Amino acid sequence: MKTVPAITLTLAASALLLLAPPRAVKAQTDCLACHADAGVQDASGHSVAVDAAKFHSSIHGSLQCGDCHTSIKDYPHPDKMAPVKCETCHADEAAGLVGSVHASRAEHPCTSCHGDAHSIYPKSDPKSAVYPLNVPRTCGNCHGNDAMAKKHGLPNVYPLYLDSIHGFALSKEGLLVAANCQSCHGSHHILSHKDPQSPIYKANVPKTCGNCHAGITADYEGGVHGKAVAAGKLDAPVCSDCHTAHAIEQPTASAFRMQSTPICGNCHKDKFSTYRDTFHSQLGSLGGYVETARCWDCHGAHEMLPASDPRSPVNKANLVATCGRCHAGANASFVQYQPHANARNRKLNPALYYIRLFMNLLLAGTLTFFMIHTILWLIRSRYDQVKKRKAEGGRHA
Amino acid sequence: MPDLEQAADGSWEPSGAEERYIVRFTRAQRYLHAVLFTTFLGLAATGLPMRFSQSFWARRFASGVGGFGTIIFFHKLCAVVLTIAFLIHVKDIFQRALVNREKGIFWGSTSMVGNWKDVKDLLGHLRWMVGLGPKPQFERYAYWEKFDYWAVFWGMIVIGFSGYAMWFAPFFARFLPGWALNAVLVIHSEEGLLAILFIFSIHFVNTHLRPDSFPMDMVIFTGVESEDEFKHKRPKEYARSVAQGKLEGRVGEKPAVWLVNFSRVVGFTAILIGLTLLVLTLSAYFRE
Repeated sequence: MKTVPAITLTLAASALLLLAPPRAVKAQTDCLACHADAGVQDASGHSVAVDAAKFHSSIHGSLQCGDCHTSIKDYPHPDKMAPVKCETCHADEAAGLVGSVHASRAEHPCTSCHGDAHSIYPKSDPKSAVYPLNVPRTCGNCHGNDAMAKKHGLPNVYPLYLDSIHGFALSKEGLLVAANCQSCHGSHHILSHKDPQSPIYKANVPKTCGNCHAGITADYEGGVHGKAVAAGKLDAPVCSDCHTAHAIEQPTASAFRMQSTPICGNCHKDKFSTYRDTFHSQLGSLGGYVETARCWDCHGAHEMLPASDPRSPVNKANLVATCGRCHAGANASFVQYQPHANARNRKLNPALYYIRLFMNLLLAGTLTFFMIHTILWLIRSRYDQVKKRKAEGGRHA
Repeated sequence: MPDLEQAADGSWEPSGAEERYIVRFTRAQRYLHAVLFTTFLGLAATGLPMRFSQSFWARRFASGVGGFGTIIFFHKLCAVVLTIAFLIHVKDIFQRALVNREKGIFWGSTSMVGNWKDVKDLLGHLRWMVGLGPKPQFERYAYWEKFDYWAVFWGMIVIGFSGYAMWFAPFFARFLPGWALNAVLVIHSEEGLLAILFIFSIHFVNTHLRPDSFPMDMVIFTGVESEDEFKHKRPKEYARSVAQGKLEGRVGEKPAVWLVNFSRVVGFTAILIGLTLLVLTLSAYFRE
C-alpha cells in the first residue's frame, strides 16, 4: 500500500473546503472540530480554544455554540464577531446591572464574576465562581486588590471580612448561610452606600442585617436608635456603626469589648467622659480581664430604652437586678452608686465635688509645704557640709 | 575585720577611733519597715496603672504582666499583707501601752506623738535653713519623722478603708449610702496619689538622699548607726542617753558586711522603683 504524505492530505482537505460552498454551522461538533484544539488562536493571538469536557458539564453544555455566538451562521466565519449578549436570555440580570456600580460592560463583563464563559456553573454548584463559599474570593479578585481599591476610592475591606465572624463562618465552617459579599450588597444591582436604594444605605442597614438577624432587628427597631433611624434621623447608629460593616467581631470577644465603649462615646461624649472616671472604665481599659461593665452591659444593646421606660435595665426598678448580674448581693443602697458621677460638677454631685476638692487641697498643701521645706534643707545641709570640709582643709566635697 | 576601713556614709566625719554602733531600731521594727515598703511599692506599681488607665504606659504594663486580672490580684495581695502588718503594729502598741505599761509610748521624749518641742523644732529648723538661727537639737524622733509616721498611719486607715469598701462594695452598701461608693474611689485614688508622691519625693530626700544621709540611711535596714552619726543627727537624744547612763545599754554590734550590702541592693532597688513610678505618675498626671 502506498502511503499518502500528511501534507498532501491536508492540502487536499483545504482544497475541498475551499471549493465546497459555505455550509450552515449547527452542531457543537462542527465548531469543536477546530476549537477543541488547545492551541487554536485568533488573528490577534488570543486563545479561542474550548475545553469540550468542561463545556459539556457546564450549565450551558446543552446549548449550541450559535445560540450565544449568534453572528456565526456559516463556515468559514469572519474573524471579527459581535460580542456575546448574555442578556438575550438573562434579561433580568442585565436589567439589574443598569445603573449599578458595575454597569460598564467593558470594565465588568459577566465573566468577571461568573468566570470562564465556557465553564459557567449554577450558583448552587461548588465549582461556580458565585457559589456562596466562593463569592468573597471572586469579589476579592478585584476588591482585595489595593491598587484597584485605591483607584475607586474604596477601602480594601477584603482582609477585614475574611477575619470577621462572617468570614470565619464561611471559610472555616463552610457555612452556606454565613453572610458573603452579595448577602448585603446584592449581586447585579449593586449600588453605592450613598444611594438611598442601596441595601447598605444607612437607613436600610437594619433591614438588610435583619434578613438573617430578624430577632435582633426587631429588638433594635423597638429601641430609641431604631426609632430615630426609622424617623429619618440618620445620626442615630445602625448595626454597622457599632459592629462595623466588614470587621465584625463576636460581641463577647475581648477585642470587641475593648473597642465598644468609645463607639458609644462618639455620640454620648459627656457620658463617656464621666464613665472614664469610674472604676468600671479604669479596670476595663487595661484589658486582659474584660468582664467590667461596658455601656451595653447596663443599658442593653439593641432595644435601647430611655431610663424612664419601666422595661429599661437602667430603670430605677430594675437596677438591683441589672447591677446584681455582676455584683452579687447588690441592694437598694448599692444601686444608688452613680456610674456616671461627675466629681468636677458642684451642682450635680456636691458631696463628691467637695470631697475631691478637700483631697486635692490636702495633696497640694502637703506637697507644697514639704517641697519648700526639703529644698531649703538640702541647700542648707550642702552649704554646711562644704563649709565644714573647707575648714578642715583637703577633702573636697 | 574591725581594722578594715569602711567608706563613711555621709558627711559627718568619722572620729578615726574604734567606732561604736548604737541600736536605734529593733528587729521587729526593721521587718515592719521592710514589709511596709515592699507592699507599698507593690500597691503603687499596681495601683498607678488603674488610676492612670488611659496613659501610654498603663495598658502596656498591664498587658506585659498578664492583664488587669494580674494587677488587681497583686494589688489585693499587697493590701492584705499590709493590713496584717498594720494590725500587728496596732496590737503591739496596745500591748506596750496597756500590758507592759511602758512609759513614754504616748508622751515624752521617745514618743511618736507630737508635742510642743516639735512645733518649736519645725520653726527653729526653718529659721536655721535660711540662716536665722542655730540648728535645733533633735530628739529620738524629729518632727518630720513623726509626720512621716502619722501620714502613713492616717493613710493606711483612709486608703485601706476606702479600698475594702470598693472590694466588698455590696457588703459596705448595707450601712453606707450609695454616693459613698462614688466617694471611696475619689478618696482612695487621691490619698494614694498623695502617699506615692510624698514617699517617692519627700521621704526619699528627707530620709535618704539629703547630704547628711546620702545616698541612703542604712539604720532602718541594719538597726544600728555609728556613735558619730547618732551624735550628729540626734544630739538631744544622745546627750540624754549619756546623762541617764543608758548609752552603754544601747551599744550594738557593727553590722555584718553582707547585711550592709544586701540592704544597699534592696534599698537602692526600692528607691529606683519609686523614682521610676514618680516620673510615670507625674507624666500621666500633667497629661490628664
